[in-house]
Amino acid sequence: MLDRMHVLICGGPDCSNTSGAIRDAFKANISKNHIEKEVSIVITGCFGLCALGPHILIYPGEYLYSGISLDDVDEIFNEHIMKNKPVERMLYRGSFNRMKLKNRAELTYFAQQERIALRNCGTINPLDIEEYIARDGYIALGKVLFKYTPTQVIEELKKSGLRGRGGGGFPTGLKWEFAAKSEGEEKYVICNADEGDPGAFMDRAVLEGDPHSVLEAMTICGYAIGAKTGYIYIRAEYPVAVERLELAISQAKKIGLLGKNILESGFDFDIEIRLGAGAFVCGEETALMASIEGERGMPRKKPPFPAVKGLFGKPTNVNNVETFANIPPIFLKGSDWFKSIGTEKSSGTKVFALGGKIANTGLLEVPMGTTLREVIYDIGGGIPNNKKFKAVQTGGPSGGCITEESLDTPIDFDNLIALGSMMGSGGMIVMDEDNCMVDVARFYLEFTVDESCGKCTPCREGTRRMLEILNRICEGKGNMDDLNVLERLARIIKNSSLCGLGQTASNPVLSTLKHFRDEYIAHIKDKACPAGVCSALTKYVILDNCIGCTKCAKNCPVGAITGNVKEKHKINHKLCTKCGACKSVCPVDAISTKPEKWRTAHV
Amino acid sequence: MTLKELEALRNQAHDRMYMTGLKNAARIQVGYGTCGIVAGAKAAYDTFVKLINQYQIPNAEVIKVGCMGECAYEPIVEVVESNGTKTIYCSVTERIASEIVEEHILKGQRVDKYLLSRSKR
Repeated sequence: MLDRMHVLICGGPDCSNTSGAIRDAFKANISKNHIEKEVSIVITGCFGLCALGPHILIYPGEYLYSGISLDDVDEIFNEHIMKNKPVERMLYRGSFNRMKLKNRAELTYFAQQERIALRNCGTINPLDIEEYIARDGYIALGKVLFKYTPTQVIEELKKSGLRGRGGGGFPTGLKWEFAAKSEGEEKYVICNADEGDPGAFMDRAVLEGDPHSVLEAMTICGYAIGAKTGYIYIRAEYPVAVERLELAISQAKKIGLLGKNILESGFDFDIEIRLGAGAFVCGEETALMASIEGERGMPRKKPPFPAVKGLFGKPTNVNNVETFANIPPIFLKGSDWFKSIGTEKSSGTKVFALGGKIANTGLLEVPMGTTLREVIYDIGGGIPNNKKFKAVQTGGPSGGCITEESLDTPIDFDNLIALGSMMGSGGMIVMDEDNCMVDVARFYLEFTVDESCGKCTPCREGTRRMLEILNRICEGKGNMDDLNVLERLARIIKNSSLCGLGQTASNPVLSTLKHFRDEYIAHIKDKACPAGVCSALTKYVILDNCIGCTKCAKNCPVGAITGNVKEKHKINHKLCTKCGACKSVCPVDAISTKPEKWRTAHV
Repeated sequence: MTLKELEALRNQAHDRMYMTGLKNAARIQVGYGTCGIVAGAKAAYDTFVKLINQYQIPNAEVIKVGCMGECAYEPIVEVVESNGTKTIYCSVTERIASEIVEEHILKGQRVDKYLLSRSKR
């Protein structure tokens, strides 16, 4: 028999002291009122919010009570279970007091998120340093300067398990240690804010919403590795972020949180901004440093790594914006707290920029280990217009696509690489049945061809040859041998390119070839684009569900559509220029570009 | 500044931000990241400032904040009240902004139809 209500009591290690007694108190109340058949009581595993325990979750409605004591049980029972009136004041408040969650389902977007890097974004006024300080800003810096030696800072960071959020996932503590151990009078800290992946805007959100967190973390880094100067390399395309950073730096200097003798500790640290012109390759650390030095933004061979020989030939530590944004909370709450979030090998959270064919476009921050399905369907709201999910591209032009069958994989650095993609900086682009995967691969390759700096031949010439082949396939002029050439070229470019840009440029092609080879074959053999995207291979047709509203005919710029009112219309293919105007105005979705063979499933 | 001074400033700023000790105070947080600005946050912000002045509402502050992540629903306005209630409105135009001031801020009645939780799927 179905119960009217379920009461779930957290029985995790921290809560188990009291959970048994709480259960007994509920049971006593239940039997007193003879409603055993209506309400079930379960002791569950850890809810994962141990600091606020013990917890009770009541269904339906997912009402979460936290910090419950035995004395509260009667009130919850009488009000919520008997009268169906949740006891507001005991309900869980979201992380960082983000909001009072009355009902978890009401705003799953926030409820499933854990915000560390974005903790202040959208909450504080980024133009006012005092609001950052109100949320414990610069307290971590104070703690580090007065209670930690530089070595202890690095040890604490290593213990936290923080890995670089810019793409590679290298342990941040180790990186700092290398720079700290390098001999040198002068050292530098660089914040890589050259966010260039198409569809990624995590770093922009942090810089615009919480610029001081990056400044604080860079100063901590300077103290740890022995640097006195920091540079923020940011692209000029982010004018709002630049303006707020400049203001933040001047405010911090004014009250002695940056500059000479910080907090009267004797430690000096200064930060300057360097503007990039928006070349994708300048996100690669050696190219970035060349650009700061005033050289052309081109990568160089590694080793020597920046930690040994970096900016102006001096030991340098480069981290990205999101990595830095994670650092103040680690020192405020301790490495154990950070380590407790996420998975064993990837601790903490990751910010993703969700875009493409998804209902809730935006930014989200979830603990590592959350599955892609949860991100796309629960938080992202799924695919709009009842379309079918096809793939999700992670890692931008360096990543690959992940298909339906891998959606339940927990997200972490290693799992995504195992799937042939990568974490990248966190762009996540969702594609549905209307996306042509050959076209998607072509789009990303076009981007890398444009952005290749031209220093090494495999990347400069090889990616261009691959793009030519993809263009041919999209125009219906490809042959089956092209696929082998593509794969061979991809492997060669991957193995012989100088920097990450070339080494990963062929990933989108390789992963689409692996998962969607049939689409390539359809383009080559059937001369058809199953998704109806590649214009050389598509034909606009009006389907039988046309209601004859004449909208398409009225909007056709070349007069190619004819038909009587309330009768099915027809397109004259000799006149049609494939502009798509008819498709966008059709109220009943009766105009399709898909070839008949692939259309049935959709209609 | 010393660490002690920083901690004192923190406590003071915290009280100001969380409206400690104030009754019927409100913080109107307008999403002012690039996404918000593009969607028209300036018009909403200006309307709030204008009306707060016009009605001479005490203890109401209009604040520019960064992006909270819901870029598709910008301009987003979060009303934080001194009693701890937080209300998030989305796609706030000038008209909606004046409705929020007149209904929510002046009369204390939440304008449910503009809630973010209503618009999202």
